[in-house]
Amino acid sequence: MIVHKEAQMTDVIKEDQVLDCSGMLCPMPVVKTSKAMKELQSGQVLKMVATDPGAPPDMEAWSRQTGNELLRSMSEDGKFIFYLKKK
Amino acid sequence: MSKSDPNAPKRLALIASKGTLDWAYPPFILASAAGAMGWDVGIFFTFYGLPLLKTDLHMQVSPLGNPAMPMKMPFGPEGFQNIVWPMPNILMANVPGFEAMATGLMKQTFKNKGVASIEELRDMCVDLDVKMIGCQMTMDVFGFKKEEFIKECTVGGAAMFLEYAADADVQLFI
Repeated sequence: MIVHKEAQMTDVIKEDQVLDCSGMLCPMPVVKTSKAMKELQSGQVLKMVATDPGAPPDMEAWSRQTGNELLRSMSEDGKFIFYLKKK
Repeated sequence: MSKSDPNAPKRLALIASKGTLDWAYPPFILASAAGAMGWDVGIFFTFYGLPLLKTDLHMQVSPLGNPAMPMKMPFGPEGFQNIVWPMPNILMANVPGFEAMATGLMKQTFKNKGVASIEELRDMCVDLDVKMIGCQMTMDVFGFKKEEFIKECTVGGAAMFLEYAADADVQLFI
C-alpha cells in the first residue's frame, strides 16, 4: 500500500524523463505512461504529471501489475505527480 | 490461442456487442488499460459491436431509450452547462436530426473533458497488440465485407473466441 503524501518531501528523486498527462482522463495517463516506460532503461525513473483524480489509484494498480515500482505519489496545486522506476 | 505457459501475462477477454457512441467506450477503455498493464487482450466484436471495426466509424448515440443520460450543453457559462435539460420522448422521437445533435453534444463534452475519441482509443489498442476478432456470422447476416474493416482485425466464430476466453483471467460481456 502506497501512502498518498502531500508535497513536503525532503529527499529529492531525480527523474530521467518527464511525461505530462495534464487534462487527460482515464485510460490515457496509464496508456501514455506505459508507452513512455518502454523507452526507458531498467532503473531509470519517469516523472508523470496528471490532473485526473482517478490517476493515483490507477497508477498504484498499474505499478503492481507491471512490476515497475511507484517510488512516490503526491499531489501539488491540483496536480498528481508520480515517480516510477523501470524494473 | 490457448494459454499453456504458466508464466504468461494475465489475459482479458471482452465481447463488444453494442455499437453506439456511448457503448463503444467501455471495451476500448478496458482493452487499452489492460494492454498498458502488459496483459494479453482480445475483443470479440459481434452483432451491433461489429461496426466498431470499420475503417470509417460513424457511431451515434440517442437519448431516446436512455433515460439516465444527462442532456447538458458543452458550451456557455458554467451555470448553463450544469443544467440538465428535460427531454420529452415525443421531442426526441419526432425532431429530425435529434440523434445527430445528441451525438455532437456528447462528442464535444468528451473532448472538452479530456476523454480520448473512439478512433484514438482504437489506435492505441492496435499499438498495444490487442487482438480484435470480428464475428463471421454477424458479417454474413448484416452483409459486411472484411475489406470494410481495419486490417489489424481477424475474423472468427464463437468457438475461436471461447477457446481464447477459457484461459482468460477476466471475461466481460459488454
